[in-house]
Amino acid sequence: MHLVDNVLLNIVLMTLIKFAGFVLAFVMGVATVLTWAERKYSALLQNRIGPNRANIGSIRAGGLLHMLADPIKMLTKEDFAPNTPNPVLFRIAPLLAFVPALVVFAVIPFGPGEGFQISNTSLGILFIFAISSLNVYGSVIGAWASNNKWSLIGGLRISAQMISYEVAIGLSLCGIFMIYGSLDLQDIAARQGELIWGFLPAWGVVLQPVAFILYLTCAIAENKRAPFDVGEAEAELTAGWWTEYSAMGFAVFALSEFIEIILIGCVGTTLFLGGWTIPGLHGDAWWIVVLEIGAFLFKTLFLVWLQMTIRWTLPRFRYDQIMRLGWRIMLPIALLNLVVTGIVLTFIERA
Amino acid sequence: MTMTASQKLTQIRSELRTEEAEIVNDKMIINMGPSHPATHGTVKFVLTLDGETVDDVAITIGYLHRGFEKMAEAGTWQQVLPYTDRLNYVSPLINNVGYVGAVEKLWGVEITPRAKYIRMLISELSRLTDHLTSIAAGALELGGFTPFLYAVEAREALYPLVEELTGARLTASYTRIGGLAKDLPDGYEQHMNAALAHMEGLMIKVDKLLTKNRIFYDRMMHTGVLSQEDAISSGCTGVMLRCTGVDWDLRKHQPYLAYNELDFDVIVGSRGDNYDRYLCRFEEIGQSVKMIRQIFKQLPGGPINVGDWHVCLPPKDAVYNSIEGMIAHFKLVTEGHQVPPGEAYFAVEGGNGEVGFHIVSQGNGRPYRVKVRPPCFYAMGILKKMIVGHMLADIIPTFDTLNMIGGEVDR
Repeated sequence: MHLVDNVLLNIVLMTLIKFAGFVLAFVMGVATVLTWAERKYSALLQNRIGPNRANIGSIRAGGLLHMLADPIKMLTKEDFAPNTPNPVLFRIAPLLAFVPALVVFAVIPFGPGEGFQISNTSLGILFIFAISSLNVYGSVIGAWASNNKWSLIGGLRISAQMISYEVAIGLSLCGIFMIYGSLDLQDIAARQGELIWGFLPAWGVVLQPVAFILYLTCAIAENKRAPFDVGEAEAELTAGWWTEYSAMGFAVFALSEFIEIILIGCVGTTLFLGGWTIPGLHGDAWWIVVLEIGAFLFKTLFLVWLQMTIRWTLPRFRYDQIMRLGWRIMLPIALLNLVVTGIVLTFIERA
Repeated sequence: MTMTASQKLTQIRSELRTEEAEIVNDKMIINMGPSHPATHGTVKFVLTLDGETVDDVAITIGYLHRGFEKMAEAGTWQQVLPYTDRLNYVSPLINNVGYVGAVEKLWGVEITPRAKYIRMLISELSRLTDHLTSIAAGALELGGFTPFLYAVEAREALYPLVEELTGARLTASYTRIGGLAKDLPDGYEQHMNAALAHMEGLMIKVDKLLTKNRIFYDRMMHTGVLSQEDAISSGCTGVMLRCTGVDWDLRKHQPYLAYNELDFDVIVGSRGDNYDRYLCRFEEIGQSVKMIRQIFKQLPGGPINVGDWHVCLPPKDAVYNSIEGMIAHFKLVTEGHQVPPGEAYFAVEGGNGEVGFHIVSQGNGRPYRVKVRPPCFYAMGILKKMIVGHMLADIIPTFDTLNMIGGEVDR
């Protein structure tokens, strides 16, 4: 009995420590920085100065203090609730969006070995799909419970959009599973450390370039960010599905959007950019492990930067154009990619 | 009472049919505006939506009505001028030119060549700010925040020129009956050239970000189509008319001021859709820049005001040092311009089309009636036809390329 307790305690303790390290420190930390970075980066693109007013005395730190000022503001503002028949749903909707976004990080390998993954499951990628799809419930339930026609239209738009792109994103990743023969993210990452013909890293983006573009497009669409932000579409639907949210409810929704950006970066890095591996560098030395974790962070931040650049460059689609893109272009290309991958793999195996 | 099986079936079928009918008829009625991000300038659309499709729309204007025409009857002829700044508030100088042009036409005053050229200069400068605002807002409402800020920055390069010339960015009130408030400041041409170069550099960026962007193209192309017949029958002018393929520009076909001495092209579209209107505005920016450069090249010297002290205020020297000058000044300011009885209509090509002023005088120094013909007002009449049957999201670019200006429509 004593032994079981100890083992259980160990597992719980380790999970908590990893959770604190990866999710609370890394993910939440980066998400908080992103709230500042997005405004500052868009300002850079648009010849503006960007946020620079928050200060403690004469310390302004280039607007970094806005990360501190924003939560204080959000917590002290009036948390307005519309006159709705579903006040409970209205209140829990932000959490329904927030929690799945965080839970998904349980299976992301932040570095080599089990120690850098909260939970090492052999079905990692299926877990990601299953949980991250729950994210949309938060938005749709929030939109429904807002008792606002603009929110309702926005909520319906995103639910249709999520369903459409869920199909294409799933199919686009199937090619990766076929090539690496595994659903285990740690496995997939490790396999990408190998070299093809001695010089080319066996990264997903090299072997499956079409799938990478499909994944990134569909992932941005699922995250409801521009150019796919028809659910929000501030020019048409005032603010779409989160029109009625204010104060912390709004902040939680916004934060879950930023977490999703990091998630897209992490999954994209793991599946397409070689995960934590560095081409030509292997070993168990501590400095190699540190470098590998650094490589993972760097690649993730690269994808985050790419998403922000896309967001601030492109205008918005129309709702039916998004549907057409999803079903008539993304889906056939994903299927075709799968067929071609299958044929090539069979050919290689025979040869 | 018992029912036969066939009766029961008929009943179930009829119930199903009513249910079906209810589902089909369940349309959403929703208020868009008057305070809505897309309805800049306050206008209300009461939309009947069938899913995402606009089934019917009731457009309500008048939220910015300030009684301009009635106010104009209260002051002297010159005192109306500041009100005209607030008509089309993105190109106030064109309104100034149009109003004093109408008074001069009724009075039969011929202004000096230099004044004509400077009036053309400020008209084209205002046309630039007008078109830049329209393009910027169009980009913003389609979600392109970056091109919006580039175009606004381009406009910001021009506003200091307006300020340098008139002392104000928006409330310019620069023209005077019979001339202008003041001559061009020193070094104005250099400042203008620098600002235009800055603007052109930014517009190249906007062009790259928008014109051939597939998303932008799909949103604008074949949406908000206006037929040539509708455009003509509803009284559309300006870009709204030219985008449908009608070659009509007051600067070319009813030349006023000295527009017949300038070399420029009238930009004409072919499809009458949002994309054509966007391209027309973009090209007209280029034409206006070309005209501004020509104006500086051909700018004649001489006075800016006519010498007649009944029309223009006498110079300060004469006011302080001669009895005639002082009396002329006193009479003009207190009694107003003695415009002879009669009526006149004078129109200029504004940012959105024909800005016309129909004025009636009874010869007592005050306007009896000032009627404005705002270009957007007529375009708003045909807007319903352009959005009904299309998607909710198409209202946004259509309403934007129509470029309604609340101050002008509601007056």
